[in-house]
Amino acid sequence: MDSRGLEVMFPLKEKDRRVVQMLLSAGCCPRCILRFCSVGIQPTYRLSCKELFTELHKFLNDDEDKSKVVEYDQPPCKKIRLQDSEKNDSDSEQNGAVKLLSSGNVLPDDEVKTCTVCLGILQDLCETDFVKKVCAKVDSAGYHFNSLVFSVSLPPQLLVREHATWLLVKQELGQQGNILKKDDILQLKEVYKWITHPLLSEELGVPVDGKSLFELSVVFAHPETDGDCHFLATACRECFRPTKSKQSIFTRMAVVKALEKIKDGDFLQQFPHQLERPKSSCVIQEIQCTHDSIYVAGRYNKFSRNLPQTPWVIDGERKMESSVEELIGEPLKKMFKVDSLNFSSSGREDVDVRALGNGRPFAIELLNPRRATFLQNELKELQQKINSSTDKIQVRDLQIVTREAIGHMKEGEEEKTKSYSALIWTEKAIVKNDIDFLQDLQDLKLDQKTPLRVLHRRPLAVRTRVIHNMRVEYIDLHHFRLYLKTQAGTYVKEFVHGDFGRTQPNLGTLLNMTTDIVELDVESVDVDWPPKLDE
Amino acid sequence: MEVGEAPVQTFPSMVDRYFRRWYKTDVKGKQCEDHCILQHSNRICVITLAESHPLLQSGRKIKSISYQISANCSRLQNKVSGKSKRGGQFLTELAPLCRILCIDGEEYTIYSSNIDKRGEFQRTAESDGLLTTWSQCASETPLVGVVPSKKEADCEYWSCIRGRLLEVNENILQEPSLLQKKPSTEGYIAVVLPKFEESKSITQGLINQEQYQDIISKRHKTTAAIMGNTDPTSLSDCIL
Repeated sequence: MDSRGLEVMFPLKEKDRRVVQMLLSAGCCPRCILRFCSVGIQPTYRLSCKELFTELHKFLNDDEDKSKVVEYDQPPCKKIRLQDSEKNDSDSEQNGAVKLLSSGNVLPDDEVKTCTVCLGILQDLCETDFVKKVCAKVDSAGYHFNSLVFSVSLPPQLLVREHATWLLVKQELGQQGNILKKDDILQLKEVYKWITHPLLSEELGVPVDGKSLFELSVVFAHPETDGDCHFLATACRECFRPTKSKQSIFTRMAVVKALEKIKDGDFLQQFPHQLERPKSSCVIQEIQCTHDSIYVAGRYNKFSRNLPQTPWVIDGERKMESSVEELIGEPLKKMFKVDSLNFSSSGREDVDVRALGNGRPFAIELLNPRRATFLQNELKELQQKINSSTDKIQVRDLQIVTREAIGHMKEGEEEKTKSYSALIWTEKAIVKNDIDFLQDLQDLKLDQKTPLRVLHRRPLAVRTRVIHNMRVEYIDLHHFRLYLKTQAGTYVKEFVHGDFGRTQPNLGTLLNMTTDIVELDVESVDVDWPPKLDE
Repeated sequence: MEVGEAPVQTFPSMVDRYFRRWYKTDVKGKQCEDHCILQHSNRICVITLAESHPLLQSGRKIKSISYQISANCSRLQNKVSGKSKRGGQFLTELAPLCRILCIDGEEYTIYSSNIDKRGEFQRTAESDGLLTTWSQCASETPLVGVVPSKKEADCEYWSCIRGRLLEVNENILQEPSLLQKKPSTEGYIAVVLPKFEESKSITQGLINQEQYQDIISKRHKTTAAIMGNTDPTSLSDCIL
């Protein structure tokens, strides 16, 4: 490659020469060197380490004006390795002044030592073998995905080492009359992504997209150098908060803050200018795949008077067979391949109360689904499957919705009206005329103290609720059917039997006799959500 | 039977659907001052008067009910807040709930204790219309015990349950007759929440409905035997 070609690929300038030499002898890898020289061209970083070494070497040799220590008379076998730790350390101990390397004898070495700045992150840990290893893990996790977000967690000591190296380079450039701001240095993570994203895309066959619902996260650790951060705790006490758990106080955020605050002089005093060479690269602490939650909504009818909405378990003992949640949730769990779900609905009915009419809106959050994309007719099939598997419930309008849409449902719980039908028993004998007046009552205000049956888990309070209107159907001397339209949150059972007189007025006070409720049905939950689907 | 008279409810009443009935008879040694504690499956307890309580026998007219049980303490001041019902007065064995004053001057106090019947009362001789009947019974039935008298007016109503007082029934303040008309429902005295750990043990000092019926029938038999009167209706007013 001629010098012109070199310049195209390798935009290093004269001013970079000393920096390159210094960093090489300080144990920096080629990619980190490029970062410190503010090289912002992505493809450059994608060259292999070997190629990069060669190019650096060429760049250094390109200069014939500078004096060199050339050991021409040395036999070929006694080549000075680029990363000969002991020799280079002793060369640069005095006040950071670094002896120029005999670049004529500088050759890329097969036995590459771990970079003192990135601890291997921009070396083997961004290359094909590593990517293949990670992708194998992804494949075995069994997720279906069309894109992914790749997030990486790096050990905080990298920040410290970066900072130290920056100070070193800043000083060197300062002597030339040049400035190097921390922002001029290319971010380690950014470069890492430049290199890894195309490799991941190729291996997994999907693009890397910041908005993807599927996340691949890798956590790196380097226990050997964890101690690098410790001096900051004494230098910048206020940045580090004690943690309750066993976790380290040296979080990335805290370390970043401390490095912003600490004065250069203080830093150099505490932290060795010459970074210690690590024995090995970072290790992978964790590879995790997660998919954002998927929300499935619909409406359910409950036809059983013996079915709780959610599983009824006390002290580990199942008190009642099955539940609405399980009848709908279990098939969904299988279809979306999730381990757990959250069931919520626009209000609830008791075990012994039916939900008729259009049914009650519900939403199920499926956590970390292995499969997240389905066609609408696949959901319809599942709906039919659920409906034919039991006569206790029926589901309609089953569909995937967004997280934001759940708000509509909860809004319904507090604001929308509900309609009920109740079978009433009266203590005294009644005739049709006795109950007709109930139909004339509009917007009847009730004061309901927290019903005794829920008082153990709710605060004691008086709630004002409204019964908008009622309709009656006489049955016999001691029975009639009462239809009511009420405000959300009205306790209908308590309105009928009075709950020890703690709901006032109640049906008993209105009719001036003891009344009780034999049966209750929810006729409609007046919420406009989820959207109705055509049959 | 009147036309239109209510038949027995064919399905369990609200109280029987949700509550278990427990009884404490002769509370604080007072004859026949029986309390009925309704225990909900969620462990909340409602203190009510048992059917055999003097106040529920015909002829008794309540003048007033007061929750002021001492100079410093009124059950009306009881205020609870939050799910854990903080602030509720904690009722122990000897805590009185309310005082009930009858038109005839009789005063009853309702307690919230679970103490055992202990000791005997010294009878003091008093006479007025009704008491005469009682003392009559009493004098002829020394074994049965002592009849409460005016002097010992502080017959207090105990709740029979140890726990946190959640509320007292304020409706009976305005309408005292509720207590007699609907003692098991609208005429309740108070709602108490026992400690979670104690919710099973609090009923240890109480008897169940069957045992209660036993005691009641024994009382009637004893009275009948002693009085030589086997007609049950005339005994209903005789509290022994």
